[in-house]
Amino acid sequence: MAFITANWSPLGDTFYRKTELYEMCWTLRDGFKDSLVAAAPYGGPIAVLREPIRRSPSSRPQLDIFSASGVSIASLTWKSGPVVHLGWTVNDELLCIQEDGTVLIYDLFGTFKRHFSMGQEVVQTHVLEAKVFHSPYGTGIAIVTGSFRFTLTTNIEDLKLRRLPEVPGLQEKPSSWLVLSQDRQTKVLLSVGSEMFVLDNTSCTAVVPPGLSPQTGSIIHMSVSFSYKYLALFTDTGHLWTGSAHLQDKLSELDTKQTVTPKQMVWCRRPQSQQPSVVLMWDSLLLVAGLSNDTIQFALDESSVLVGEMDGVRIVGATRQELLQEVPLVCQDIFKIASMAPGALLLEAHREYQKSSQKADEYLREIKEQSMLGEAVRQCVDAAAHEYDPSTQKSLMRAASFGKCFLTDFSPDSFVSVCRELRVLNALRDAAVGQPITHDQYKQLTLQVLIDRLVYRQFYPLAIEICHYLKIPDFLGVSRVLKHWASCKVQQKDLSDEAIARAVCGKVGDSPGVSYSHIAAKAFECGRTELAIKLLDSEPRSGDQVPLLLRMKRSQLALSKAVESGDTDLVYTVVSYLKNEMNRGDFFMTLRNQPVALSLYRQFCKLQEPDTLKDLYNQDDDHQELANFYVTASYKEQRLETRVSLLQSAVDEFNKARNDFCAKATEDEMKLLRFQRKLDEEKGAGLQGLSLQATAEVLLSLGLHKQAEQLYRDFRIPDKRYWWLKLTSLADKGDWEELDKFSKSKKSPIGYLPFVEVCMKHNNKYEAKKYVSRVTPEQKVKAHLAVGDVHGAADVAIERRLDAEISAVLSRVSSSDRPIIERLQRAAAAKK
Amino acid sequence: MAFSSRTDSPKLPDFSMLKRLVKDHLVYLLEQLPGKKDLFIDADLMSPLDRIANVTTLKEHEVDKLYKVELKAIVSTAQQLCFLIRPRIQTVKWICDVVNADKAAGIERKYKIIFTPQKFYSCECLLEDQGVFGDVSVDEWDFLLLPLDDDVLSMELPEFFTDSFLAGDQRWLKTAANVLRLLHMLYGPFSKVYGIGRCSKMTHELWRETLEEEAELKERRAEIGKVFIIDRDVDFVTPLCSQVVYEGLVDDIFRIKCGCVEFGSDVTSSDKGVKVMLNSQDAVFSEIRNQHFSNVFGFLSQKARNLQTAYDKRRGMDIRQIKAFVSEELKGLKQEHRLLSLHIGASESIMKKKTKQDFQELLKTEHSMLEGFDLRESITYIEEHIIRQVSVVESLRLMCLLSLTENGLQSKDYRSLKTQYLQSYGYEHLLTFSNLKQLGLLTEQQTGDTLTVMENTVGKLVNDRTAGKLSDAFSSLAKKSNFRALSRKLSLVPKCDEEYDLRVPRDMSYIFSGAYVPLSCKLIEQVLRADGWAGLEEVCKLLNGHEFSVTGNPKGDQDEAQRIVLVLFLGGCSFSEISALRFLSKEKGYRFIVVTTAITNSSRLLEALLRNHQ
Repeated sequence: MAFITANWSPLGDTFYRKTELYEMCWTLRDGFKDSLVAAAPYGGPIAVLREPIRRSPSSRPQLDIFSASGVSIASLTWKSGPVVHLGWTVNDELLCIQEDGTVLIYDLFGTFKRHFSMGQEVVQTHVLEAKVFHSPYGTGIAIVTGSFRFTLTTNIEDLKLRRLPEVPGLQEKPSSWLVLSQDRQTKVLLSVGSEMFVLDNTSCTAVVPPGLSPQTGSIIHMSVSFSYKYLALFTDTGHLWTGSAHLQDKLSELDTKQTVTPKQMVWCRRPQSQQPSVVLMWDSLLLVAGLSNDTIQFALDESSVLVGEMDGVRIVGATRQELLQEVPLVCQDIFKIASMAPGALLLEAHREYQKSSQKADEYLREIKEQSMLGEAVRQCVDAAAHEYDPSTQKSLMRAASFGKCFLTDFSPDSFVSVCRELRVLNALRDAAVGQPITHDQYKQLTLQVLIDRLVYRQFYPLAIEICHYLKIPDFLGVSRVLKHWASCKVQQKDLSDEAIARAVCGKVGDSPGVSYSHIAAKAFECGRTELAIKLLDSEPRSGDQVPLLLRMKRSQLALSKAVESGDTDLVYTVVSYLKNEMNRGDFFMTLRNQPVALSLYRQFCKLQEPDTLKDLYNQDDDHQELANFYVTASYKEQRLETRVSLLQSAVDEFNKARNDFCAKATEDEMKLLRFQRKLDEEKGAGLQGLSLQATAEVLLSLGLHKQAEQLYRDFRIPDKRYWWLKLTSLADKGDWEELDKFSKSKKSPIGYLPFVEVCMKHNNKYEAKKYVSRVTPEQKVKAHLAVGDVHGAADVAIERRLDAEISAVLSRVSSSDRPIIERLQRAAAAKK
Repeated sequence: MAFSSRTDSPKLPDFSMLKRLVKDHLVYLLEQLPGKKDLFIDADLMSPLDRIANVTTLKEHEVDKLYKVELKAIVSTAQQLCFLIRPRIQTVKWICDVVNADKAAGIERKYKIIFTPQKFYSCECLLEDQGVFGDVSVDEWDFLLLPLDDDVLSMELPEFFTDSFLAGDQRWLKTAANVLRLLHMLYGPFSKVYGIGRCSKMTHELWRETLEEEAELKERRAEIGKVFIIDRDVDFVTPLCSQVVYEGLVDDIFRIKCGCVEFGSDVTSSDKGVKVMLNSQDAVFSEIRNQHFSNVFGFLSQKARNLQTAYDKRRGMDIRQIKAFVSEELKGLKQEHRLLSLHIGASESIMKKKTKQDFQELLKTEHSMLEGFDLRESITYIEEHIIRQVSVVESLRLMCLLSLTENGLQSKDYRSLKTQYLQSYGYEHLLTFSNLKQLGLLTEQQTGDTLTVMENTVGKLVNDRTAGKLSDAFSSLAKKSNFRALSRKLSLVPKCDEEYDLRVPRDMSYIFSGAYVPLSCKLIEQVLRADGWAGLEEVCKLLNGHEFSVTGNPKGDQDEAQRIVLVLFLGGCSFSEISALRFLSKEKGYRFIVVTTAITNSSRLLEALLRNHQ
């Protein structure tokens, strides 16, 4: 503990430290000799492509993928062409750039995903060098070809190849180059001897780094910082120039006294860096060159690879991995020898407290006197976040917790969150997981990405634990993990459909945001249709099941699911799909089992394809509907012959449907139509299309009594109707004499009250009164009242002694007519 | 008002927000087509649109000319055409024709179709089929609800009824579910949802699904506590009865359209008709709308006398008082005067029309049908009605009412009435009868044998899983009304030992002169009281089942909002039902919000089923 500063080295007025991350789990023979190595930033995986030890035509290179701690994830024999460069995408996919310009993409587990080419011309000219770079647009690739031309793409997911302009007079491989991403533009910076050029989309511009004297020789190596802000150039005279990537300012220049080209040169910075530096690596020397012209030198005892991070440099060697970084200011404050910073005092106080020494109190007092206790706690918490060693983290957090006890209004939020985060980080750094990320990187990556990375590595239980531990809402955390897990699970070829479906449903249950149809789609992609159908059964939203079922050609099932969903649009989608896929007979049969779909299709046919509708009914032997169809059609028809023949078809169908009523009615209709035509032709009566009753009315009003009689007989018009007809038509004509005769022709089936009423309707009181006497006793009061004979009504009412009638009369008597009122009231009273 | 009311009714939520949202959305859509444009509007969208955005608003957003969609060739010189339509195949086909005609004539224009409340896949398919998919842009205006009054919201979708119940088409259920979602989002969370009927059940399920997709509602005080969803085909009797409550009567006679009625010159007693908004803003109307018609006249004359007294105050005032009177009271009095004379005019006109047809006789017949007395007399009455050709729809209404109350007509009557009807109104009504039969509105009583055969086959079908759906969807085919049994179980027809005083209503039956408690409203009352369907098992069986009650958000049970109940009628509701619910709310301290696919009455219901439909 006391030796925390043991691995610190001063650089200028600050310190650098080298922390050991892992004893590597791998065993590499000969280190990285004859190997292409790619290590992803943010503690990502490492890929090693090793040339065969014995070169023979049959031997192939070996590609290994390791976690950052050296645990083997995948190992395969490279069977494709010669590889120029390896690189990782932001999604942890491995890019292998071949000499012929083909880029092969593998996932973490060495499974081939896809490939693309960097252009046709490269096949001949070959790729000389390639670089993988990251920008806000994603992961990009830049290559320089045998004809010294540059081609790049800024995002391999959305491949657009850009061939950069030619560099005038370039006849050899540029001595060094790199990709810059600035001002939303991607450019290439290259050096040829002592000259430098910037290539962008359209032009090639010569540039001169400010303050770099021409005597310093030609530029043989260059490096840009993680954020593309700073640039470092190394010349063949051993000079190191640093400045802004825009080449506008110079930061420093330093003579390294090394004339060999360094194997790697990487910027080493951190947020709020006091003293950024450039790390250069030679075979057995690691040189940290600060901007203050100060340097640190480390001896290297094994071949290594430098990995630039946002807050340091990882040094990956064959046996161990170290993190080189500037010591964060807060850690310097606390751990610097003889530091009097509040955090340092608090740490000391806590240490004394644990020893049960009263010095603890002295230290505390000292902090409190300066009222710096809050600051002290904060420092301890912040420093803990930056420490890599759990025991150091613990002692700092304990000190913070101790100090917190003496504060009343200190918000515990930062303390709690750092505690949680450290726990998560420590779990990730564990060699078995092998993601050595710092707290700053964690903040930069965000938790979402972190969980995604765990999921890609298939550390599902850990991911779920973390989600639970950090209390991430289910649909953001656990569900996403489960979704990925399930998609992966369905690809396991050694398990039966049944077992997988059970496992998936058991785990996923009804977690929000996990879509079974998504998982099923994955299963289908792997050719496991049965499994996909099993999984779809668990999908609660039938709407989501349908598209996949259609893709799997399970159209029947799709149709019933669509119907279940209650979404008509979906049903219609399936129906129109089926219509095109199936022959007509099968299509109709399918619909027959799905009434909802059938009625939808019928609706459609009614408006669009009436003939199909007929076929549909025919297929179903639905004679009733078929008959209705003919009847409907008959009304759209103008010509009488066609109408009648359509109606005849309807009659046939009605008969088949054993609907004798409708058959009879339709036959009557045909008869009526013929009758009307005959009269229209003979008399020009204009009857076509009228109802039976209207026809009779017209006939009567035209005085065609004989024909009306015929109608009455032929269509068996009920007596009542006939009497009503005659009554109204005679009254309409004002033929009162005929009406009187008619009324006496036989006993009226409708009674005589209608006679009274109809006469009154024509304001013929005289005629009306004639019929009053013939009205049945029950309706007499009404009849009297209808003709306005209150006295007569009163007499009848009193005679019949019915309350309802008496009050009906009373309501009509004018109030001035006292005697009648009294008589009626008496009668009413007498009854009671 | 004469109701013995509870005074602690909770306050209704404010629905004006719905209007604002819809209007903003429309303006946004119009702005999507910048520049001058001609707007074609579906005929039945005209009145609802007018309630949302008037012509001035439309002009402000560069609508040049307004046309009604008439499915004819168009005469417009505009560079841009915008169509605001319901998603109907015919209309879309017409637009395709318009576009293709323009293409043939070499006219270049921009076209935009705004479907409301949503587009259907079939419409887009048609556009594609006709080769104009690329020429038109398509949008959706989610105009789901039109607030007709403080407590009435309408979807203005009359075709919901025929599409869902007659054609067996479920396309509108999603829309209904969206209505629930909207109301839940704005005024929820609902603590309890009850419902009955196939459509209700599906609507509810669809809504639950959308609920799961969305993130949790924020903690919020609910403004609507409970929801009751009911299918129209659960109760056909109520909308088929003659309405005798003032608002219902006005609707039956003058037809209220979107909460607005057009009184003819016979009402205004001048040579000009007048359009009047009928809602709670109208002080006179709001007092008589729910009253039995027999009280209205007396009430109005009392009101007139009061008004006279108020006017008479002027006498003996000094200048200062007169000034105050003129500035403060006169305007209100004038307004009241105007409304009063209008409603008196309307009442007179109603009286005239109704006595002419012997309204009392008609009501008596209806009542005996409801009570199940004097079957033969009712049949004779209907026959006479048909023979005298009183009205196509009225005759049909009586036949249906009789069939419903008698659980179908006896074979002999069934045939003879139908024959009579066909002779009077034409044979084309064979198709009408086919529709009525399908809905179970006019049916033949099954003799014992056929019934069991039928039930056996249905039973077999139900056992089979896929076919179970079949019998589900077409259960209406085998549907019986069971009105008699329901009436007994729920005592829908009160015992009429004594005279029913219509001025002091005792129960909801007052809306039908004390002869019948509307089944739909009775169900709502019972379910709310029992907090579910417990004890109503047999009733549900008689109603073909599909009942449900689901507890949602259990929080805040004691809340005021729990007494605010949203009733969603799928397939329409009548003004009488709204009046009955208003009565119930006074009685039990609830507040009801009625949401309906459209306001309906007997004529609208039956006209939709006449043979010409489609």
